[in-house]
Amino acid sequence: MTIPTITNPSFNETFYASLQTPPTGERVRTCLQCGMCSGVCPFGYVMDFPPGRMIAALRSEIFDRVMKSDTVWMCVACYACTEVCPSGIPLTEKLMARAKEELILSGAVPAELQLALENSQRYGNVLGQSPRKRADWTKGIQATVPVFGKEKKSAEVLWYVGDYASYHPRVQTTSRAFAQVLNALGVDFAILGSDESGDGDSQRLAGERGLFEVLAAKNAQAFRKYKFGEIITTDPHAFNAIKNVYPTLGISFPVRHYTQFLAERLEQLKPLLKQPVNGKITFHDPCYLGRANNIYDEPRALLQAIPGAELVEMSHSGKTSLCCGGGGGGMWLEGFQWEKAHTRTSEWRVREAIASGATTLAVACPYEPPRFEDAVKTVREASGMEVRDVIELLVESMEQ
Amino acid sequence: MNLVVPIKLVPDLVEELVIDASGARLDPDALRLKLNEFDDHAIEQAILLKEKGAGQVTVVAPDIEGVDDALFTAAAKGADRLIKLTGNWNNGVNNHALARVFANFVETLRPELILTGVQAHNDLDGAVGPQLAEHLGMPYVGYVSGVVVFDNKAQVRKEFPGGLIAEMDVVLPAVLGIQAAEKPPRYVPISKVRATMKTAKLETFPAAELETAGAPTTVRLFQPETGARATMLAGDADAVATRLVEIFREQGIL
Ligand code: SF4
Ligand code: SF4
Repeated sequence: MTIPTITNPSFNETFYASLQTPPTGERVRTCLQCGMCSGVCPFGYVMDFPPGRMIAALRSEIFDRVMKSDTVWMCVACYACTEVCPSGIPLTEKLMARAKEELILSGAVPAELQLALENSQRYGNVLGQSPRKRADWTKGIQATVPVFGKEKKSAEVLWYVGDYASYHPRVQTTSRAFAQVLNALGVDFAILGSDESGDGDSQRLAGERGLFEVLAAKNAQAFRKYKFGEIITTDPHAFNAIKNVYPTLGISFPVRHYTQFLAERLEQLKPLLKQPVNGKITFHDPCYLGRANNIYDEPRALLQAIPGAELVEMSHSGKTSLCCGGGGGGMWLEGFQWEKAHTRTSEWRVREAIASGATTLAVACPYEPPRFEDAVKTVREASGMEVRDVIELLVESMEQ
Repeated sequence: MNLVVPIKLVPDLVEELVIDASGARLDPDALRLKLNEFDDHAIEQAILLKEKGAGQVTVVAPDIEGVDDALFTAAAKGADRLIKLTGNWNNGVNNHALARVFANFVETLRPELILTGVQAHNDLDGAVGPQLAEHLGMPYVGYVSGVVVFDNKAQVRKEFPGGLIAEMDVVLPAVLGIQAAEKPPRYVPISKVRATMKTAKLETFPAAELETAGAPTTVRLFQPETGARATMLAGDADAVATRLVEIFREQGIL
């Protein structure tokens, strides 16, 4: 008997095969078609091919139809599907990101996303700001923020700041607060200043893998220039990239999210938290801290250490947290996604925060303060809701 | 059909512009250059024409820092030939000199259609396109936002102020100043640009002597100065906003 050999694999076949790489990729073949992924997906109802249906399309060899639909861009890489999939298929990282990658390779890139990617290519930051001004947020602030190569050659901690925390006016407030906390704890740290580039994780999950690799290589070069014990960051996307993906490119450095770093120093921090912060606080689990990296307790421990703070939970919390809508390119597809869905997940989330009885929505990701504050402006019943990074609440409590 | 796209790099306004010690030009060390946005549209339009079966695209640029990236990106989008003109570009170049250099070289390529950006933000002495057309003795149409080519002519859409659009025929060879390509310039993934860098060839040719005659001389370059009639509001955002509202009230606008 002769075994037939496939001489000319179709696009459908090559794409399907490209998903099945170890350690978990081959699980895609075990999809049960249960539909849980599509049901839990915040935008599953808008997508022509939510994850389960995309797999069905691959099996039916009609993947070209998936490529003709632009609703793949509704995926905000929130990990909700990956979390619930009973077959453990890496849907967010592999299936959805690869589908977006193919769309980018074919030239079908929504204009808003294109601008963000071009900015990252050219300036190393998605906001299209001058790379020379990356550390400008440290100017004229009280806290001391040493820069590697200038004030320090080595430090215990390398603070990877990230794009939004460096340039976005709202998020700079969080960065300044974090500098204050590090100063108060006497941490020996430094930032990379203009040596730093965007972490690239959301670009990767938006399908621009090559760009991610270029940015990772630039950061690796910067990391290798200096001596430090570990990297800490306020950005869960950067944390995820440096922790889980950079090592696959041979770039391995110990990294922690700031909530882990501070939770470890809770005993040192507690006596500094003097001012009560009254009112009910609810915590929004960022997708890349929670579902992608299983960090749920540390941010809550920090909030509970604040005198007067009463922590309440939203209907979706922890593993079931509802995405703010910013991941996987969502930050740069605002108009596109609005046109398709006429709603924002950040608005749903703010409604949940109100329903929880909270007056403060606490966050721990730089995408969130601007997104939720915008949502507070557009959801009528949300007026008066405060959006604060956990660090900002800590600093409020530290202030004399 | 032989499509030629002369491009230039211009200061990237994301960086601060610094005036050098002479007081008459920008400090080249503080500059970061980028492809002129309209030239990017000219490249896109040329590639769109190529994709419709209109032949090969050659992109020509002065050999200055940053140009390799611009050329490789053009190749990744579909340009066939990449040419750098080497010369003494260090002291900057005005459009009179640049148009002559382009004319001199581009003539050797025997172009049928030349597409270039209609303008650039640093054009002090007219745009490159019309000057190039004059040197080459070709017709010129500027503010073009759509091109169809027939045997020996091009039908172009030209934008006029006030939303008027004209459609006109131009006999080839001709020079077009592109305002906007029919589709926005496409995105090329980095992986594609990198692959192109390995395969595409950058050709270099010496540029003709820079001949600046006809161009104005910059005597002094300076930041906009505060005029006597302008009032600058100081203070934080709230204070400024409050004062602004007061002023609107005083002036009877509110
Ligand atoms: S990652 Fe989130 S948005 Fe993307 S398909 Fe899965 S559930 Fe939907
Ligand atoms: S949740 Fe997993 S098993 Fe179920 S349809 Fe989705 S991909 Fe298939």
